[in-house]
Amino acid sequence: MAAVQETIDRVKSIDVSEYKYGFFSEIESEKAPKGLNEDIVRFISAKKNEPEWLTEWRLEAYRRWLTMQEPRWARVAYEPIPYQELYYYAAPKTAAGPKSLDEVDPELLKVYEKLGIPLNERAILAGVEGAGEASSRVAVDAVFDSVSVITTFKEELAKAGVIFCSISEAVRTHPELVRKYLGSVVPPTDNFFATLNSAVYSDGSFVYVPPGVRCPMELSTYFRINEKNTGQFERTLIIADKGAYVSYLEGCTAPKRDENQLHAAVVELIALDDAEIKYSTVQNWYPGDAEGKGGIYNFVTKRGDCRGANSKISWTQVETGSAITWKYPSCILRGDNSRGEFYSIAISNGHQQVDSGTKMIHLGKNTTSRVISKGIAAGASQNTYRGQISSHRKATGARNFTNCDSLLIGNDCGAHTVPYIEAHNHSTQFEHEATTSKISEDQLFYCMQRGLNAEEATALIVNGFVRDVLQQLPMEFAVEAQKLIAVSLEGSVG
Amino acid sequence: MLEVKNLSVSIGDREILKDLNLTVADGEVAAIMGPNGSGKSTLSYVIAGKPDYEVTSGEVLLDGENVLDLSPDERAAKGLFLAFQYPVEIPGVTTMTFLKATLNAIRRQRGEPELSIPDFMKRVNASAAKLDIKSDLLKRAVNVGFSGGEKKRMDIFQMAFLEPRFAILDETDSGLDIDALRIVADGVNALRTKTRSFLVITHYQRLLEYIVPDKVHVMAGGRIVRSGGKELALELEKNGYRDYVEAEVA
Repeated sequence: MAAVQETIDRVKSIDVSEYKYGFFSEIESEKAPKGLNEDIVRFISAKKNEPEWLTEWRLEAYRRWLTMQEPRWARVAYEPIPYQELYYYAAPKTAAGPKSLDEVDPELLKVYEKLGIPLNERAILAGVEGAGEASSRVAVDAVFDSVSVITTFKEELAKAGVIFCSISEAVRTHPELVRKYLGSVVPPTDNFFATLNSAVYSDGSFVYVPPGVRCPMELSTYFRINEKNTGQFERTLIIADKGAYVSYLEGCTAPKRDENQLHAAVVELIALDDAEIKYSTVQNWYPGDAEGKGGIYNFVTKRGDCRGANSKISWTQVETGSAITWKYPSCILRGDNSRGEFYSIAISNGHQQVDSGTKMIHLGKNTTSRVISKGIAAGASQNTYRGQISSHRKATGARNFTNCDSLLIGNDCGAHTVPYIEAHNHSTQFEHEATTSKISEDQLFYCMQRGLNAEEATALIVNGFVRDVLQQLPMEFAVEAQKLIAVSLEGSVG
Repeated sequence: MLEVKNLSVSIGDREILKDLNLTVADGEVAAIMGPNGSGKSTLSYVIAGKPDYEVTSGEVLLDGENVLDLSPDERAAKGLFLAFQYPVEIPGVTTMTFLKATLNAIRRQRGEPELSIPDFMKRVNASAAKLDIKSDLLKRAVNVGFSGGEKKRMDIFQMAFLEPRFAILDETDSGLDIDALRIVADGVNALRTKTRSFLVITHYQRLLEYIVPDKVHVMAGGRIVRSGGKELALELEKNGYRDYVEAEVA
C-alpha cells in the first residue's frame, strides 16, 4: 500500500483549483503522429514488437470502432472528443522495455519521487524493517503516459510463481496466457470505448497467479498521464488460477491542463475455481478547474468474470477526481456459488460529473453479490449511481444486497440513482435500499459547538457516511482514504 | 463569567430578543424560566453561535471577551458548551470517535497537544462511570437509536468530558423520566465549581429541585423581566407566567 499511502500523504490541500499534482514534467517523449488510422495502429503494435495475431486483433477492433456510435445515454455532458486531434502513443523516450532502475531516465524517476512512488525496492524494504508501523511491501508497476516504466519486486514474486509485469512484456514472455484470456471478459466488440481501447491500448498491468498460490504481497500500479493531448488507454489483465488469491491496488493522477484528456481503460479480471481477486482503486485524476474547464474524462470498462465455482471478485473504489467519471466495475457470476462485491465511495465537487455504479450478472447457481455505494456530491457537481442486478433464468438461488446512499453538501449539487433490477427466476432474492440525505445545518452546528471547525465537522460526518465502505479497504489504505476524502471536500463548506 | 449586554436578535424581520441583559458570575448556577416563545432557546443558540440569527445590537462577553465575532468552534475552545434540547444523530460516527475528535480539536485550538490514546481512555472511563454510561453505548453511532434519556445523558457526559467554563443546558429535562433526571442532575452538580458557571433553561421548576440555582430569571417577550432567588421558581410554579406575558404585551 506504500505507493498509494505515500501518494495521499502528499495531498495536503487539493481543492479544485489547487490540484497538487498539476505540475508538468519536462520529459522528452516520443509520439506517434496525431490522429487515428490503421497506420497508427500498426505503429503502436510495431513499437511493441507484437506478434501478428495481436496486430490483427487491434486492427479488427479499429475497423469495428469506425462503425460504432459513441454512446450518449449516461447522465453526463461533454464537448465532442476530437478523436483525430489526439496522440495515441506517447512514450518517455528512454523507456523501450524493462530496465533496472539505473537505466531509467532520472527525470522520470524524479517525477515518481515527487508523487511519492517508491520505485526503489531497497527503500521499501528499509522502510519496512526500520518502521514500527504496519506497512506492507507493495510491488509497484509504474506507468507513465501509456508506458510501463518499471515494475518492482519481480524476482521475489517470480519465486512464488506470480507473474506481475507490464502487459506488453507479458505478450513477449507469456503469449499463450495473454492470448487465452485477453478480450475474454471485455471483448473488443463490447462498447465504443472498449473497442477503441482494444485498438490502441499501449500498456497496463498483467498478473497471473498460479493454482493454490496466495500472492505474497499487494500488487499495485500507478498511472500518470503527463503528455498533453494524449489519450491514455491502458489495458489490465489479472488472472487468478484455481485456489489463488491476489489483492491489487491502482492509483492515478494527471497534471492540470486546460484541455480535457481521455482515459479509456479496460480492466479484465478472471477468477477460476475457488480463486479470489480483490481489486482496489484510488482515483484522483485532475478534476478540472473551479470553472469546470479541463480535467480527465475517465471512461473505463472494468469487468470481472467469476469463471470458476466458489470464486470471488471484489471491487473497492474511492473516486475523487476526473472531470467526468463513467464506469461500472462489474462481475459476471458464472461459476456456481461465486460471489461478487462492489464497494464504492464516489465524491464529486466543483463541476465534476459522475455516472458510475456496477453490474452484477448472476448466471450460475446460488451466486451472491453485494453492493455498497456511497455517493457524495458537493459544489455544483452531479453524481449518479447506475446499477444493474440481474439473474438469468437458470441462476437459481441468486442473492443480492444493494445499499446505495447519496449525501448532498450544499444546495447546487445533484444526486441521482438509476437501479435496474431484473430477476428471471423465482428463487432469486434481490434487496435494494437507497437513501438520499443532506448534511444538515443542525448536524454541522452540533459538531462545531463541540469544537470542530466547519471542515472538520464535514469530514467527520462524511466519514461516518462512508464507514461501511472504508471498512472494506486494507487498513492503511482506509486511513489514507479518509484523508483524501477530507481533502477533496475542501472548499465545499461555505 | 458571562455578561450579556443589550442584546437584540432578529430572524428575518422578526425581533426575538429585545435589549436583553444578563450576568452570570463565576461559580453561579442561573436558571432561566419562561413561557414558549419567550426566546429562551434563541438566547442559548445566539450565545453558542448558531447561524441564521441576526444580532442587531449588543454584546456577549465570556470572561470579558466578546464572543459574537467568533465561530461556534472558537467559542467552544474558549470553554463554552451547549447541551442541546434535541441532540442530533451522526450516523456512522461512534461516540468514542466523536469525543476524541472534539476534544483534540479544542486542545489544538488552545495550542495544547492531543491526548494520547491511554490518557484519552482513562478520561473517558472516569467520566462514563459517573454517568452510568456503558461501554457499548460509546461504541454506537452518536445518538443513533438512543432513547431520550440516553441522548441527554450522553450530552452531559460530553460536558463532563470537555470540562467547559460556561455550560448552557437547554431544556435538559424535557423527555426525561425521574431516574434519568436524577442521573443528569447528579452529573451537573458534580461539575459545579467556583470557576464554572451554568445557565439552566427550563419550563418547569422540577429540575431546579435537583439542580438548585443561585439565581432565577424570568424571560418573556424577548427580555429578562424579573430576577430573584430560587424561591422565584416556586412562585412561578404556583402562579404561572401569565402576569409576565401580559405585562410584556402591554
